[in-house]
Amino acid sequence: MEGMSEKEENHKMKTRREFLQEVGIIGVGTVLAGTAILAGINYDKKKTPGARVKVLTAENELLEIDKNDATKVKKFKADDLTFLQKQAREGISGKRWVMVVDLSKCKNARKCMSACQDAHRLRPEQHHINVLKMQESKSTPPFYMAKPCQHCDNPPCVAVCPVDATYKRPDGIVLIDNERCIGCRFCIAACPYSARVFNWTEPLHAEEDKDVVYNAELNVPQKKGTVSKCCFSADMLREGKMPYCVSACPNGVYYFGDENEDAVTNGTTKETVRFKKLLEDNAGYRLMPELGTDPRVYYLPPKNRIAPFQDIDKPEAEEHIENNHA
Amino acid sequence: MMDQLKQNKITSDLLSHIRLNYSFKLWMGFLLTTFAICLYAYATQLENGLIVTGLGDYVSWGMYISNFVFFVATSLIGMLISSVLILSGAKWAAPLARIAEIIALAFAAVAGLVIVSDMGRPERLINVFLYGRIQSPILWDVTVVTVYVLISTLLLYLPLIPDMKICYEKLDKTPKLLRNIYKMLSLNWVGSIEQQKIIKKSIFILSILIIPVALAIHTVTSWLFASTSRVGWDSSIFGPYFVSGAFVSGSAAVIIAMAVYRNSYNLKDYITDMHFDKMGKLLVLVSLVYLYFNLNEYMVPGYKMKKFDAMHLHDLFTGSHAFLFWSVQLFGLVIPIILLLFKKMRKPTPMVIIALFVIFGAWFKRYIIVIPTMEHPFLPIQNVPFSFKVYTPTLTESLITLAPIVLVLIIITSLSKLIPIIPVQETIEHYEEETK
Repeated sequence: MEGMSEKEENHKMKTRREFLQEVGIIGVGTVLAGTAILAGINYDKKKTPGARVKVLTAENELLEIDKNDATKVKKFKADDLTFLQKQAREGISGKRWVMVVDLSKCKNARKCMSACQDAHRLRPEQHHINVLKMQESKSTPPFYMAKPCQHCDNPPCVAVCPVDATYKRPDGIVLIDNERCIGCRFCIAACPYSARVFNWTEPLHAEEDKDVVYNAELNVPQKKGTVSKCCFSADMLREGKMPYCVSACPNGVYYFGDENEDAVTNGTTKETVRFKKLLEDNAGYRLMPELGTDPRVYYLPPKNRIAPFQDIDKPEAEEHIENNHA
Repeated sequence: MMDQLKQNKITSDLLSHIRLNYSFKLWMGFLLTTFAICLYAYATQLENGLIVTGLGDYVSWGMYISNFVFFVATSLIGMLISSVLILSGAKWAAPLARIAEIIALAFAAVAGLVIVSDMGRPERLINVFLYGRIQSPILWDVTVVTVYVLISTLLLYLPLIPDMKICYEKLDKTPKLLRNIYKMLSLNWVGSIEQQKIIKKSIFILSILIIPVALAIHTVTSWLFASTSRVGWDSSIFGPYFVSGAFVSGSAAVIIAMAVYRNSYNLKDYITDMHFDKMGKLLVLVSLVYLYFNLNEYMVPGYKMKKFDAMHLHDLFTGSHAFLFWSVQLFGLVIPIILLLFKKMRKPTPMVIIALFVIFGAWFKRYIIVIPTMEHPFLPIQNVPFSFKVYTPTLTESLITLAPIVLVLIIITSLSKLIPIIPVQETIEHYEEETK
């Protein structure tokens, strides 16, 4: 008997709770509806006639809109770090940058290396681009090979970065934000092309560049304890110019351009050619395709070289295969 | 009556080391001085950057990283002894469980600091939480190591609750503050049936939980390497290879700790020759498994000698790292296995010597896994100073590598002065069971 009455009591409680809940829902609903109506009235109030302005769109179209709908575009300065960081991550829309390195033209002049080091304020032992003396095996000939970052479409460095400091942009370039880099060097370990360098100590021009606002597209100023590497001269590309190494080459080694346009331009001769045709006619290839990294740097084999491989460089080229015992 | 006497003896024996004596102060003073020197070395690194190390753009990971792997490895023993052995009914391991758990906790907690010492920008550690990318194995490592430290702490603490009560009651000569802490940590333990049920169940659940987590911490640590395509690291067996190696260094650490505690704290009646015999057999078992993985890891690519693998393996087998490679394999693995097969060798003194060889071998093994690979990238190392081609650790770097080891010793020593390192309540229960 007692149990029964307790049950009933419970039931009563429930219905009371349910009732309260319903009241609550209706209450909240009414308040929301009221707010919406108020907002609507206010919106109409703003639309006083006559307040219309002319605006010019990015597509060069002149439009007229209500003044109340217009918001001021915040002006970004080139010295605004946040703006530069955002711009560096967005890349240059519509482009897919590619580089072609013609090994038959390389005389080991190293103008690319010095132009690069000057632009990126690097120490003499730091190379964003490194001209290597290569030899695949004892029975095959040596050759010079310029090696920048390969800007892989499947970049192992970007995959392992714990803080998204290094990233792949829509236009194909892999960059580093050295304001975010924690210096764990996982990317250096993961890169099969040894493309990355580290600032083991204060950078070369640290004192001089103290007040320079950091530009990730140039990676200057360099920062102690962070990683650096080739940026495909993203800062130059933004200005419509060729990368530093490409325009510094005296021997016509480099072609640079946009894969979407299927056009690459030689940095020395300024001759523009079809990208796919250039690869097709010269048996273009990429480094270590077996790793599946999909580089954006292509090589043309060292066939009919314009200058012989220097005797003095032969021992260094052989060193790597000696280590191989091949 | 006899029972009560025996109980009192056990309690006073096992609590006797919780006091500050002269030798402790001397040892602690030595450790703290060493630690201060190491900290000074780290200060110079903070000031000047990683230039104070022998690292370069090619060998960009060195002793700090191999030390980190060693630390994570050694911490795994907590799981093996206090979880796997206990769960599988190996009663002999019960007195060793706390020692193993102390080692696990100390090594795992300090491992996090080791990795910070390798960072170029340690002040940006917060970025890992602000901008963390779950795709990066580093994030996985941070997550699982934190969880492991947490569960290990609980696995150390929960069995300690009854002992905290005993400490509070019996250790009336210790400072009031410490006694109050004991009281607080005992969580009003009275030993009721319900309390015992709760604690047994909690320990049981944690013992199971810690198995996958422990496997994960070292598997993920191995993936820091195996997730790259570098020669020597690009291996699909790195996970089990690392885990099996972890038990080798961990077992050696426990053996050394057992011997030290036994001698300095007069625990010969509790850590007996039987325990050394069993631990010796355990070390043989885990070493054999590790040897098997070593065979796979080196012989299979060694048979094929693919271009880049060959460069790496020739260096290990006959080149500049050959002495270290063969020393580690022989003195740190093969010879200990053979020696420990003999009963005479499974006595405290010879076993400590063997365990020391094993643990040094284990440390250098990590060195051999990390450094030679970094010295052999796919493309030639050119146009850089010679120091970039061959890695030579500096003194500063060695001191910074030593710091976490000293810190672990400080933690292990201090804990043994605060808590009974052999479970008191459990030992009493065990004795009661036996006399019945």
